[in-house]
Amino acid sequence: MSVSETTPQQRTVLAEPPPQQQRAASRKAGWVRRAPLVPALVFIVVMTQLPFATTIVISFISWNALRPDERGFAGFSNYAQVFTDANLRSSVVTTIVLTVVVVGVSLVLGLLIALLLDRQFFGRGAVRTLMIAPFLVVPVAAALLWKHAILNPSYGLVNGVLTWVWGLFGSSSPPQVAWLTQYPLISIELALIWQWTPFMMLILLAGLQSRPADAFEAAKMDGASPFQAFRYITLPHLRRYIDLGATLGAIFIVQNFDAVFTMTSGALGTANLPYTIYQTFFVRQDYGLAAAQGVIVVIGTIVVATFALRSASSLLKEDS
Amino acid sequence: MAATAPSTTAAAADAAPPRQTYRKHSKLNRPNPLWGVAAWAVGLLFATPALWMVLTSLHREVDAATNPPSLLAPLTLDGYRSFFGSSNAWPALINSATASVVSTLLVLALSIPAAYALSIRPVKRWSDVLFFLLSTRFLPIVAAVLPLYLFAVTTGALDQIGLLIALYTAMNLPIAVWMMRSFLAEVPVEMLEAAQLDGAGLIRTLRSVVAPVAMPGIAATALICFIFSWQELLLARSLTGVVAGTAPVFLTSFVTSQGLFLAQVCAAATVVSLPVLIAGFAAQDKLVQGLSLGAVK
Repeated sequence: MSVSETTPQQRTVLAEPPPQQQRAASRKAGWVRRAPLVPALVFIVVMTQLPFATTIVISFISWNALRPDERGFAGFSNYAQVFTDANLRSSVVTTIVLTVVVVGVSLVLGLLIALLLDRQFFGRGAVRTLMIAPFLVVPVAAALLWKHAILNPSYGLVNGVLTWVWGLFGSSSPPQVAWLTQYPLISIELALIWQWTPFMMLILLAGLQSRPADAFEAAKMDGASPFQAFRYITLPHLRRYIDLGATLGAIFIVQNFDAVFTMTSGALGTANLPYTIYQTFFVRQDYGLAAAQGVIVVIGTIVVATFALRSASSLLKEDS
Repeated sequence: MAATAPSTTAAAADAAPPRQTYRKHSKLNRPNPLWGVAAWAVGLLFATPALWMVLTSLHREVDAATNPPSLLAPLTLDGYRSFFGSSNAWPALINSATASVVSTLLVLALSIPAAYALSIRPVKRWSDVLFFLLSTRFLPIVAAVLPLYLFAVTTGALDQIGLLIALYTAMNLPIAVWMMRSFLAEVPVEMLEAAQLDGAGLIRTLRSVVAPVAMPGIAATALICFIFSWQELLLARSLTGVVAGTAPVFLTSFVTSQGLFLAQVCAAATVVSLPVLIAGFAAQDKLVQGLSLGAVK
């Protein structure tokens, strides 16, 4: 959100003025300009748009690899099945709950920690580095770590610490929680919040550090309490950063596959949409149904992404 | 720490920004050492699972799985020995390295020219192009897995590292173009004009004016693309098997493990995470700008 950037409009000044008399020349100049863009665009269209187009086609075919003889045009029957399937409906709910909880809690924690790290103290850089570490553990590794080393009921770190603390007070019957079976979704959320809080913290800390000092000082001089200053100056300034963190986080967490796959394999009501589609495809091998589920997810994502694009677009405008 | 009421933390956080001269004399506004202690406590709390992973990886299996935890058990490299002793570990790491490095190089080769055409000498409707690119990244990968799998089966590309390289390139390209655009846009327009007035050609301008300013950004973009490719599981798990399986796919073999294996799991998780930790810390200064697609500086 710096304003130091030059705008592309300004940059066009660099180009030689298009020759007035020759349209062909200017058209050629246009292609010269576009040329560096073409390979990337062609590659993206081939690699992303073609598969999605194929998915749409397959979604209208009745095609189960386990019953190869029954392949044929299905009309909307795959879609009808998607909407009547109770498992799929519950995976929609799981996806929404998972995303809202992880993004919401990571944002609040990230904001509190960013406010803490915005202060001067000894070893600030070191603490920032410690904070980033969870984000840089490979997601599958993080999920394995939480599943086996931290939340395991008999030797996980959490229950181990409970035993130790209870032992300090002379108790031999500490509470031992079977996290993954008693609270499967919360366990996944814990692991994801651990990974995503640093991401939110980084974005919000950058926002805090770009906060204009003068408005803040003026508010102080006018006798605003620290809370008022936070509420009326810091928070409105952070608004865009919060939007950005929330939308980027939501895009990644809606698509989360690694944590669900690794920690619970979708059991006990933790199957989210990506995991359910993966199952329909690889286990049930119902290609038509998997494709229809995929199309529905894409439509849902487009709705969410519209908000994301809007906030990205406001940032781009401010940029230019 | 999480339980601290937002209002008090926020209020206190705003109480002592160390600027302006009149603060110097005020005893009240000297940074309170308690906040430093709190920050260290939170930092250590967040790092604990990662540190626990490393510590457990250095314990013997019998000491790794105890309740309460044996913090001071003797250290050993047995976990790493059994990880690297497994016949699939090295091929998986090499596959991951190949897929990540080659796809990152391809992403750079495609995204630098594209970002140039979107920032330094922008095409018409450059922002539409940017948003089209971004929209392709928002589409859930899981909806493309089925056609990609069918394509791979019919063409014999299944379990080939080349397919993963192409897919990772496509996956990272939109993000790389956005990041690169924001880094190239930092090249001051005056410098470009001056270079043009001095008669510098395109190559020279790129080399002497654009490259020095944009290089840290290009490096950060490369590191972030490397991280995304190295971590990817869904495509790798769906489209590779014994030959081209990557490190995250190898890690999934521990999902249902039983018995004395915790030190080995932690060793594997540490080894696989190490390249990402190194790349992430190397890119630390530009990490926010990169991850926010250039929106935050």
